[in-house]
Amino acid sequence: MAEDIKTKIKNYRTAPFDSGFPNQNQTRNCWQNNLDFHRWEKAMDANGGDVSVCPWYQRVYKSLCPVSWVSAWDDRRAEGTFPGKI
Amino acid sequence: MAYPSQLGFQDASSPIMEELLYFHDHALMIVFLISSLVLYVILAMLSTKLMHTNTMDAQVIETIWTILPAVILVLIALPSLRILYMMDEINNPTITVKTLGHQWYWSYEYTDYEDLMFDSYMIPSEELKPGDLRLLEVDNRVVLPMELTIRMLISSEDVLHSWAMPSLGLKTDAIPGRLNQATLSSTRPGLFYGQCSEICGSNHSFMPIILEMVPLKIFESWSSSMV
Repeated sequence: MAEDIKTKIKNYRTAPFDSGFPNQNQTRNCWQNNLDFHRWEKAMDANGGDVSVCPWYQRVYKSLCPVSWVSAWDDRRAEGTFPGKI
Repeated sequence: MAYPSQLGFQDASSPIMEELLYFHDHALMIVFLISSLVLYVILAMLSTKLMHTNTMDAQVIETIWTILPAVILVLIALPSLRILYMMDEINNPTITVKTLGHQWYWSYEYTDYEDLMFDSYMIPSEELKPGDLRLLEVDNRVVLPMELTIRMLISSEDVLHSWAMPSLGLKTDAIPGRLNQATLSSTRPGLFYGQCSEICGSNHSFMPIILEMVPLKIFESWSSSMV
């Protein structure tokens, strides 16, 4: 049973420590991963690649970003008022 | 948790809080020693008729009471910095939980796998059951696995709030537009209480936080039942 727990804990995955954002303020970490995901998605779509292949950025931004921020950004991208360059 | 007529800190439930308790004992002991020395000197000077009216210099004591305070400050600074750096150690958390302050409740998001989100309102005094704590109970507690490192990301949806958990030594401001990270780890299971710690309007005193630390298995069954 103890072995199960240990392997379970090893298999738990959340966004790991990112040395590019080592401090308390993680706002940029969330923003950057969201941006990187959408840039990657756009590039994959343009080149006809499979969008479900590499979910890294998506998993990280889903772990880090508040849901309300993500939906606000999605709405802005749909409207064309998103401030980031994608 | 806090109890009536409490004088000191709550019992520590995280390694950092244990260190802070030791540091506080150390610093407070220095404060008491200095204060009692000063009080003794004042009383001694006030209770004698002897006088010395032609003092010109006092080189030895002046040297001592310049060097000694500097030494004492270093003795306070070294353990303090040790704990400060300990709080900033790089650790790889097992799960990430987001908490957003609102007027006047907290909402929690566990989005590593599924999207688990819920609000946590205080239970009003009229609806308390016998044995419940006034102004501290909530409808949905934050259930977390004990003894694991958990990343807390704290923000706000409206005004400034602050997410505080005294027994774990945590207090982090919830600032709109900013995501503040805190590392949470509890050494034992149980219920841990905290309250909003930044004035945020009329019901600032009525948005408490309860952490329910449980074994991993129970956390897993709770999270699957909540999704």
